[in-house]
Amino acid sequence: MAALGTFDSANLNGGQRLAVKYYTVAVVLFVAQILFGLLAGIQYLKPEFLYGILDFSVNRMVHINAMVVWMLYGFIGSVYWLLEDESQHEIVGLKLGNLAFWVLTAAVTVVVLVYLLVQIGPGNDTSLWLINEGREYIEAPRWADIGIVVVVLIFFFNVAATFMKGRWTGVSGVLVLDLVALAGLYLAGMFYTTNISIDQYWWWWVIHLWVEATWEVMVGTMMAWALMKTLGTRRTIVETWLYIEVALMFGSGILGLGHHYFWIGSPEYWLSIGGFFSALEPIPLVAMVVHAVYDSGAHRMKNRNHPAMAWIIAHAFGNFFGAGVWGFMQTLPQINLYTHGTQWSASHGHLAFFGAYATINIAFFYIAIQHSRGGNWMGAGLAGAWRWKWALTLLHVGVVGMSVMLLIAGYEQAFIERAVGGSTWAAYFEAQQHMWFVQAMWWRQIFGWITLLGTVLLVWDLLVVGKGETRPAQAAGDVAHAA
Amino acid sequence: MNAMTPWWASASFWRKTAVIVTALSFIVLIVLTLDSMAQMSAGSDRVPAYSVINKRITYVDDAEAGHKMPFVGGDAPLFGKALSEEDAEALVSLGKKTVQAKNCMNCHTLLGNGAYYAPDLTKAWLDASWGSEAARETLMLAFLQDPEGNARTFGSGRKMPNLGITESEARGVVAFLKWMASIDTNGFPHNFMPIPQEN
Repeated sequence: MAALGTFDSANLNGGQRLAVKYYTVAVVLFVAQILFGLLAGIQYLKPEFLYGILDFSVNRMVHINAMVVWMLYGFIGSVYWLLEDESQHEIVGLKLGNLAFWVLTAAVTVVVLVYLLVQIGPGNDTSLWLINEGREYIEAPRWADIGIVVVVLIFFFNVAATFMKGRWTGVSGVLVLDLVALAGLYLAGMFYTTNISIDQYWWWWVIHLWVEATWEVMVGTMMAWALMKTLGTRRTIVETWLYIEVALMFGSGILGLGHHYFWIGSPEYWLSIGGFFSALEPIPLVAMVVHAVYDSGAHRMKNRNHPAMAWIIAHAFGNFFGAGVWGFMQTLPQINLYTHGTQWSASHGHLAFFGAYATINIAFFYIAIQHSRGGNWMGAGLAGAWRWKWALTLLHVGVVGMSVMLLIAGYEQAFIERAVGGSTWAAYFEAQQHMWFVQAMWWRQIFGWITLLGTVLLVWDLLVVGKGETRPAQAAGDVAHAA
Repeated sequence: MNAMTPWWASASFWRKTAVIVTALSFIVLIVLTLDSMAQMSAGSDRVPAYSVINKRITYVDDAEAGHKMPFVGGDAPLFGKALSEEDAEALVSLGKKTVQAKNCMNCHTLLGNGAYYAPDLTKAWLDASWGSEAARETLMLAFLQDPEGNARTFGSGRKMPNLGITESEARGVVAFLKWMASIDTNGFPHNFMPIPQEN
């Protein structure tokens, strides 16, 4: 075995070696997400930029798809990461898991190349099957949908079978049931219908019930495991909290789906049901903050992986503010009538996806790096700690800045385009050219560059953090259990 | 858990609660979904049949609803030709597939969902910028087939790129937009001021 502080896959179990592969692709896609976001942002300011070559629609599609896919890679990686540890059993289908990884990665590569090079097709089924399904977030053509389902089934088999051969815990039980829901919901987005109201009804089953229900529970399980590992919190405590979170999350989030059914042709009762239940959605996020902060305090913030712990705390707060507060702001139909389909939603999207999901994945990257280096010390006095601290700071300044600027742009749209202008195309363009909107979009772009800077620093840090740090985590005054 | 833990703080209580709450919520969602599917099928009150493209569609105040509502009036066949229900569905479907294959949703919003770089298409058929009901069809067909040449940027500099939309696809898209404008969206987008629609 290599010396402490040196990356060595011998430090990892089978599931963890697989996880590192997923994490690597996740980081590549994260960078792609930022780059294409910047291109799309520039086009708001300079519409002729890349016009006819990489139009806004292409850049924006790659921007949001790269995000969805890197988050899924992060989640799959994290489940593989904790699988053998949590089940106390060797992963049952490592070869199959590896095969699935390569198939998925090849498919993602082909899909992105087709997005960039072919972009669009004629209005027929062939285009929807081979090029682009044209439905936001799940644009992947149908052949890729089928591939994704197969890969997810292999993933599910690996996870469920490993727990079955090993042991079931609260964390693993919640995780496996959540994966069933996550995989099953994807099927709701895999059919064509001419009726756009019904199309969007089911489309939201995938988008909302993923992002605002099953993904939240997924990160809840990751968080539960991470708190046990980084802080040494007792299992009974994290598992009880996890059940509370599931009850609150699904109790509010499943019918909270109704807040997407206000204006798409669906019946009026969704105004009340969606408004009421989605207004409750922040509650589990408050519970998660309380849980994380309480446990950190109870352990006097002592931990052996400072960057991971910092990102876990960032996750708790980011999830609450980005998903909870920013979502709540526009979730009641009386407000949503004016904000739906404006930059207000973009503001919420940026802060929520970053706060809820990017953060926890990054925390897991740091946990994985520490372990890959033999479990060396990554707490106080870590060499080069300025890098992770600045990466964290710049990413937060960048994303929060973008979100605030998009919110200002959204306010302006809600007032000038919607309330005053009567929502016509002329009113839309009037609002788009209003000084407040234009200024906000310039500032958004500046914060976008800051986000890129933070991302570069983060990638650099992920490559070198803990390198050459030969103090073991356990001997350096650590209070946590061995990972 | 030790003996000091009250029942309401125990893992087993919350495990059961989580299962019950999730199951109940999901059952309610399924029931509401079945009802919504019935209320939203093409040909229902909320979502008219595709053959609505044979009729004149206007947007009028509805005192009972408290906001404007689409109103299906007398005959006004699209492109001057009345279609059977079957043919109307085929035309709207061609339009919908074109809208998907051209990735419209990553610049525009439809029913408010999509991207925010270009205007919402929910009431595109009724938008005042087409000038008059008489000129609308022709303008829309020309625009879709050569959006760059017929650019309508409203001074913003943002032009729709040429997407290679054929004439038949353009007809489909116009049919799709006309049909979509007839959907009852609970008053969204708010305060929409339609194309002049006297008489």
